[in-house]
Amino acid sequence: MSAPLVIFFVLAALAVIGAISLILQKHPIHSALSLIVVMVALAGLYLLIGAEFVAAVQIIVYGGAIMVLFVLVIMLLNAGEEERTNFSKLAKFGGLPLALALTGLLAATMTKHGASVANPETAGTLAPTGQISTLLFTTFVYPFELTSFLILVAIMGALVLAQREKS
Amino acid sequence: MPGGVDKFVYLLAPFLALTLSLASLAVIPFGPKPLPFPFFGGHQIDLWITNPDIGLLILFAVTALGVYGIALAGWASNSKYPLLGGLRSSAQMVSYELALTMSVVGVVLMANTFNLSRIIDAQSGRTLWGILPAWNIISFHGGFPQLVGFFCFFTAAIAETNRVPFDLPEAESELVAGFHTEYSSFKFAMFFIAEYTSMITVSALCAILFFGGWNSPFPASDFWKFTHYLPSVILIPFGLWVIYDGIKYETIWGRLVLPVIGSVITLIGAVLLAFPAINEFVQAPFWLLAKIFFFLFFYVWTRGTLPRFRYDQLMNIGWKLLLPVSIANVIVTAGFVLWRAGK
Repeated sequence: MSAPLVIFFVLAALAVIGAISLILQKHPIHSALSLIVVMVALAGLYLLIGAEFVAAVQIIVYGGAIMVLFVLVIMLLNAGEEERTNFSKLAKFGGLPLALALTGLLAATMTKHGASVANPETAGTLAPTGQISTLLFTTFVYPFELTSFLILVAIMGALVLAQREKS
Repeated sequence: MPGGVDKFVYLLAPFLALTLSLASLAVIPFGPKPLPFPFFGGHQIDLWITNPDIGLLILFAVTALGVYGIALAGWASNSKYPLLGGLRSSAQMVSYELALTMSVVGVVLMANTFNLSRIIDAQSGRTLWGILPAWNIISFHGGFPQLVGFFCFFTAAIAETNRVPFDLPEAESELVAGFHTEYSSFKFAMFFIAEYTSMITVSALCAILFFGGWNSPFPASDFWKFTHYLPSVILIPFGLWVIYDGIKYETIWGRLVLPVIGSVITLIGAVLLAFPAINEFVQAPFWLLAKIFFFLFFYVWTRGTLPRFRYDQLMNIGWKLLLPVSIANVIVTAGFVLWRAGK
């Protein structure tokens, strides 16, 4: 097995174990920590396919900013251990078949386009960051600006909701 | 270990803090040239551990993860004061990270790269008719002087490393010792090593991004060649002083150790004086280290000078002063870069 393949399997296993642990952990902080493991493992996977900018941003935004906010809120609310409930009937009869169907669909798509997923040509080469910004600000400038506008609207909405009533 | 702690997270927190701050040192370049002699069968040894294209982004990614060390230490200790310290630190670091990242965008625009050694190379040469070195803080070289950017960066960086006047997470007059109240022995030491390592990283970043990195402040012409003897001029008297001070030291241990250290320092200075090739090689690391030491001095200086901010003042400075000012700096710098490129 080549070195990138070994690294891929280590990172993939980390991501999957982290995701399972995220669901199974009883304490919210432990769940949040598992989610951080998933995020960092994903960043490693991005790095493996040469997307170094995306990998760094994944860690800065998801691993750093967003998860710190999660941890902060859990600490602030002093959330304790969660109670376990039995699966509802909907989860038992609807959820399981749907999960299986999704897994099957993903597996089918991946095997069909297997060549593009395991493309050895892209492994080991790094996409220059300048290329991403050129694409972002020329070809995809309208979608990019629209996304920014959407985020601005969300920020203003949060501000309005958070503002105290003025009498 | 104190009773009632979450054992796994309690032990994980100092480990995270130390490993992450040490990892950030890996991308700092200390000199342009590799060591002039080969190692272990022709291997070239560079003065950095790794020098990736996204060095600056990696530093920010590591800083972003560094919050967890402190926040989790506060939570896992299962005690009031550490929890308050952990809460304060996560809120503070989230707020100041924005200003920290925004304030270096100007430098990235001027250098056109995230690679740290190329950012330094972009600052070589002279500006303002050759009077001043073309460092980002004063240079009109393809951009705008980053004085405001540096102010925002250094302020946010002090807050990010939890030093006075932004050391709310460990405010000893209110929170005993803040997030590390319940830690002792080497687990406490790991937090301290982490804090001082990130101080060194931040000082190195200040030097690299704004003060020309390893570039000498003097021109490269033959007239200024005498400045190349500065390392020896500093090292030899310092070494002699350490020997003199060590001989009349109170304890026998100091009388044994200090003269040895002093002789080594003097010897290094003498070697630099005797071998011009080694002296030339040492120039770049010497200037970078000198700048790093200056900023470390500045850290201690502010600690001895300024009182601690109140919590609401801290948040106001972060969100209402540093963030808008650093965004304005980005816009002005971008305008100048565009104007220079069009000319």
